[in-house]
Amino acid sequence: MDRCLAGDLLKGKFPEAVEKIEYFRGDTAITIRREFLREVLCFLKDKESLNYEMLVDLTGVDFFPADPRFMLVYLLHSMKLNKRLLIKVWIGEGDTAESVSDIFRAAEWLEREVFDMFGIKFKHHPDLRRILLSDEFSGYPLRKDFPLEGHDFAKPFSVLLEEER
Amino acid sequence: MAERRFMTINMGPQHPATHGVLRLLLELDGEVIVKATPHIGYLHRGVEKLSESLTYSQALTLTDRLDYTSALSNNLAYCLAVEKLLDIEVPKRAQYLRVMFAELQRIAAHLLWLATHALDIGAMTVLFYAFRERETVLEILELVTGARLTPSFIRIGGLAQDIPETFLPRVREFVQEFPRRIDEYETLLTDNIIWKKRTENIAPLSAADCISYGVTGPVLRASGVYYDVRKAYPYSSYEDFDFEVPLGTRGDVYDRYLVRLKEMRQSNRIISQVLEKLPEGPIANFAATQFVPPPKGDVTRDIAALIRHFKLISEGFRPPVGEVYASIESSKGELGFYIVSDGSPKPLRLRIRPPSFLNLGALPRMIEGQMVADVIAAIGSIDIVLGEIDR
Repeated sequence: MDRCLAGDLLKGKFPEAVEKIEYFRGDTAITIRREFLREVLCFLKDKESLNYEMLVDLTGVDFFPADPRFMLVYLLHSMKLNKRLLIKVWIGEGDTAESVSDIFRAAEWLEREVFDMFGIKFKHHPDLRRILLSDEFSGYPLRKDFPLEGHDFAKPFSVLLEEER
Repeated sequence: MAERRFMTINMGPQHPATHGVLRLLLELDGEVIVKATPHIGYLHRGVEKLSESLTYSQALTLTDRLDYTSALSNNLAYCLAVEKLLDIEVPKRAQYLRVMFAELQRIAAHLLWLATHALDIGAMTVLFYAFRERETVLEILELVTGARLTPSFIRIGGLAQDIPETFLPRVREFVQEFPRRIDEYETLLTDNIIWKKRTENIAPLSAADCISYGVTGPVLRASGVYYDVRKAYPYSSYEDFDFEVPLGTRGDVYDRYLVRLKEMRQSNRIISQVLEKLPEGPIANFAATQFVPPPKGDVTRDIAALIRHFKLISEGFRPPVGEVYASIESSKGELGFYIVSDGSPKPLRLRIRPPSFLNLGALPRMIEGQMVADVIAAIGSIDIVLGEIDR
């Protein structure tokens, strides 16, 4: 397995940030400590020899009942190296993540979706609202303790008149 | 001094030109858009949550319902991700046929885009031409898969079955005829002065913005960025075929139109190469008995095969623990699947990376400062499918 340039450079620059580097099926995943997230992503983006400038995807995974419970996964692509890189951070329930929407504009909607589905809040996000579900919805569906059929499966739909809103 | 006032209007969710249930909240200064806020989610069915309760082979059918204009591409992306997780090879014949299906599907999706996009802007004739060929493609796909929109034909490890004898001659006939048909569309639009006035320098997006917003597919390439998953991370033997990646320069609606038309020509080229090179052989990796059900013929004759088939379909298989991301270049952009497996027959997490979702995220950037009449052209040019955005 060829070593990952980004992993080596990160270890040199932020020795205490890198928790784990995994290679699986040809992909590289680096787990970093949450407080270094912004610095690491900025470094990966701006470093001449790496240039991971595109945030392809950002999502969460719920490992309930593990602690810390959630994992945030940032998938980066470098046009220059033609390589992908997964950056993972662990985050507990109730913790707030740092928004990266000023580094990658794509994160603006992706973070809203993570908030919508997992209830993870992002600090300094310009407009953190639900994106796919309605504002009145309660609960976070992609959490493992959210029932598949929803909380109100057996209830009839309530009719909300305009004047009652 | 008079007070400056903006008018807020709702465009959608029921609007013929928003291609589904997209709602745009537009703040207008006269006819100029000051701020645009897309509201999505009207078509949310919870596909990601649902798939966590299904086995890997069951979840395949949900992928048909994402980008319903190119269901076979979705099947392909999902199967590639699962195959990557399982670490199994797919026979060459199946890989080549997958490429052919994906490219036919791309042509069908692009034709649907061309028809509706032109119709939105007011060029109605194109619709009749483009739908004629789209119908031919859908008939060809129906011949193999038995379905027009929800085939679920590409399966984990290969294909559901081999192609019928009548299939290849039909494809050959189509491939020979199609370039002439694209010429016909071009005579209607490419040098059409009205078309150019409605599309040139409308809703431009710079290359840097595209990358920052995570925009992929024809929209990204129209801005001059060379990124095509088929070239960057070749899958399903795309490296065996010779094709170009068309690029634009200005990144406006017109360039996106040109890029897509050129892409159809390239798809046609790929299909004709598949026709030439298509090898004989099995259509699925039946050697991976742990994961791939035996051929249907065996199931009716051999009791062991029947049991294995039953176990695989009812219980599902147990993949190794791990996480993979695999993506394809669908007609809209990079369609990726990120799967986290805990070793059980159901995925712990199945994340769909929909191209349209991120492409739509850049819409406010494209249209702010533009005229309200151009919103329609901009939406059409991104080629969104709400089934994929809302999941």
